[in-house]
Amino acid sequence: MKALSRLYVALILLFLYAPVAVMVFFSFNEGGSVWVFTGFSTQWYEGLLENTEMLTALQHTIIIAVLSALISTVLGTAAAVGILAFRKKFSVKLSMTLTNIPMMNADIVTGVSLMLLFIFFGRLLGLTESLGFVTVLIAHITFNLPYVILSVMPKLKQLDVSLSEAALDLGCNNFQAFFKVVLPNISSGIFTGLIMAFTLSLDDFVISYFTCGHYQTLPIVIYNMTKKTVTPDVYALSTFIFISIFVLLILYNTVQSSGEKRRAKQ
Amino acid sequence: MKKRSFGNRLIAAPYLVWAAIFFVVPLVIMAYFALTDQNGVFTLSNLAEIGRYKKAFFISIGYAAIATVITLLLAYPMAYFMTKMKVSSQRMIMMIVMLPMWMNFLIRTYSWITILANTGIINTFLGYLGIEPLRLINTPGAVILGMVYDFIPYMILPIYSVMSKIEPALLEAANDLGANAGARLHRVIFPLSLPGVISGITMVFVPCVSTFYISQKLGGNKNLMIGDAIEFLFNNGPDYYNVASALSLILMVMILISLAIMNHFSDDDGGVVI
Amino acid sequence: MKRFFTLLLCLCLTFLVCGCNGTAIVTPPDGNELEIEYEGTYTKEFAGTTIYVYNWGEYISDGSDDSVDVNKEFEKLTGIKVNYATFESNETMYSQLKSGGVTYDIVIPSDYMIQRLISEDMLKSFDVTKLSNYHYIRDDYKSLYFDPKNIYSVPYNVGMVGIIYNKALIGEPDHSWTTLWDEKYKDMSLMFSNPRDAFMIAQMILGQDLNTTNKADWDAAAQLLKKQKKNLQSYVMDEVYGKMETGEAAIAPYYAGDFLTMYDINEDLEFFYPEEGTNIFVDSICIPASSQNTEAAKLYINFLLEPQIALANAEYIGYASPNTAVIDNPDYYYYQNEILYPAEDAVKNRQYYHNIDSEIRKYYENLWIDIKLY
Repeated sequence: MKALSRLYVALILLFLYAPVAVMVFFSFNEGGSVWVFTGFSTQWYEGLLENTEMLTALQHTIIIAVLSALISTVLGTAAAVGILAFRKKFSVKLSMTLTNIPMMNADIVTGVSLMLLFIFFGRLLGLTESLGFVTVLIAHITFNLPYVILSVMPKLKQLDVSLSEAALDLGCNNFQAFFKVVLPNISSGIFTGLIMAFTLSLDDFVISYFTCGHYQTLPIVIYNMTKKTVTPDVYALSTFIFISIFVLLILYNTVQSSGEKRRAKQ
Repeated sequence: MKKRSFGNRLIAAPYLVWAAIFFVVPLVIMAYFALTDQNGVFTLSNLAEIGRYKKAFFISIGYAAIATVITLLLAYPMAYFMTKMKVSSQRMIMMIVMLPMWMNFLIRTYSWITILANTGIINTFLGYLGIEPLRLINTPGAVILGMVYDFIPYMILPIYSVMSKIEPALLEAANDLGANAGARLHRVIFPLSLPGVISGITMVFVPCVSTFYISQKLGGNKNLMIGDAIEFLFNNGPDYYNVASALSLILMVMILISLAIMNHFSDDDGGVVI
Repeated sequence: MKRFFTLLLCLCLTFLVCGCNGTAIVTPPDGNELEIEYEGTYTKEFAGTTIYVYNWGEYISDGSDDSVDVNKEFEKLTGIKVNYATFESNETMYSQLKSGGVTYDIVIPSDYMIQRLISEDMLKSFDVTKLSNYHYIRDDYKSLYFDPKNIYSVPYNVGMVGIIYNKALIGEPDHSWTTLWDEKYKDMSLMFSNPRDAFMIAQMILGQDLNTTNKADWDAAAQLLKKQKKNLQSYVMDEVYGKMETGEAAIAPYYAGDFLTMYDINEDLEFFYPEEGTNIFVDSICIPASSQNTEAAKLYINFLLEPQIALANAEYIGYASPNTAVIDNPDYYYYQNEILYPAEDAVKNRQYYHNIDSEIRKYYENLWIDIKLY
């Protein structure tokens, strides 16, 4: 039974990693094909350094991910605190339903509806160009917000209100009480939200596709490339990202488990 | 009595304004487009156009349903076996399962072409064995495979996280009361893991039913799914925005209905769908 | 769910660090030194500005395989940054331009689409004959039906549609469009995934006028295309390169110039113009009405007409050129190539597409959706 279950897990992992293996393998192809392997070469990795289109897109992706994560974290954290302060239960419920909208909706619906909004307002304001950096940033903040709120909210609920009241009694003003007492206690939730937002933004294709205009992010560039003949440079970039994550993950894991062991000893 | 809280409710205001403008108004505009013609006159003709796209809806729902079932069948034992492992290997496997999700979705899908193509890896291998090449790519099967592959982590994760929280004491108790392994799985583990299953189903079904790209690349661009139809129409010029909005609106309603059904099945009112 | 979050968290942490790695990449200095002589005069007047160019995929010499990187050369010469994007059908290009979501300074649509853009006031008019390199355009490519006064467009490439096949896989097929319906080639044949070109093939078989306004004609063509569907491996645009080059597919209709590019990679490929006749097209450079950097755009158009740049493009893209500096140059790689420049009687019944009025256009576009959903 045990052997069987191990075999099963191994098979699923094989399924998950087959395309990854293909990608890594063909990123070292000497020829320009991702179908026929002609020989080993690292030319596509070297070529990456000169591919300004891809590097610009990577830069765009990171800028959007960082900005949208930061803005949505601030907005979302404030929202979570504020929503919990609502007096009427109905208002809380309404706000939470609102929050669920972008999460429930299919990406494509969110994407096209935002595009229609931007184009609509663009025409209203007489803009010659309604899509670009600002719209893609707004779109990313929009789909990030619910995730931030949902990761901060539970932490706030767990927190004892008497803590901040004690701080107030001891002479803190509202701001001090919030920053000195509440914030440190919900920081892990905020951090989770921030990281989730960053990740979601980094990986988004569908919503960016409809809202980015000239401000193309990496997934959009990759999409355009798969419409033509895909050359191994896309695979090289993905492999590079993949291996970086993989190595860091292992490092992280070993550091963490050795830390646990040390703690266990103590 | 004043409600006890951490701060002023006013600080939720920026968010609520944002949500009104960017969550709600877009949907209103979409509905407006769906219910008017190009001159802004009210009409139901866009919704009537849906008849033309009924096959796209059938295909999307059909493919997504099959993909979701297969994903569930594959993921459930996986999650179960994972909970049986040492905690440290559980964590390791979890990360290994999630790692491919960090690769771009488009690349993950595209790599399957290399594997499934007529001149691809599987058929080349079969060729060495002297077996006739199989027709794998550009079939409905390939599209479903692509969906299963792209979304299976979203099924494994919630099921695993619910299962791993089941108290071992419960299983021991069942054991003491004479339940064999099958009965324990059927009477204890399965009912308790249901919220994870429900959440997994929604997390896989929604992206499957609305996807575009997978069927274009793996299905030979021959069967338009509803997402493909929406994309095609939006790329065909503003003349088609109205019909495309109508399709999106219907897709949205369809998803909301299926979410409502799923929520009905789950007793857990938490129902937080990630 | 908490565990899920935590797991996401650790993965994210690692990615954060990785993201930084990505930005650390530096671009090495340009090693490609090339001396090009220019006929026109190019000032640095617009240095620092950007022009947005929207062109077909695989439709400019981009520096790969030691070719000239046209956009880079232009940037070096003028200091104007070229933001280059590609489309895969005239309709996608139209949709982007019309939506008002983005603006471009240069677009390169085909003839019938230029007619449509003009009819909807979407192009800027300017006297193209004033461009110092315009005289290189061969006379029979001036004053074409879609721009009789030469005030909107400058021809970029010319071409015709034919059939590409892999002789090692399927031998010698009949020289007819009906080959694409032949069950012998089931699952090995490809088809255009844009309506105008796909309908053209059916219309040629049925002996129709490509610009018919008779709905019954379009219906008949649609019927034929539906019959073809079960025979097809897939509907493609530029994915045709990979599929034909590797032998994944054996027969496909596509633009003649692209055949030459594919032939460089796979010598089993052959090409013919079907006997029923075919579409001839001209893709021309235009400036959209919404352009924000018109003068720089004109500079770019003039640059594309430069003998050496036009030659580099013609050799890289493989399409027939309207530029006399290319066609009459004996050193041109495709000089008097029979496929690109066939004799007058070698290809009969060449027809241009014209812009069709919106009612009929919507009619056939909906028929196309029906075919895709058949």
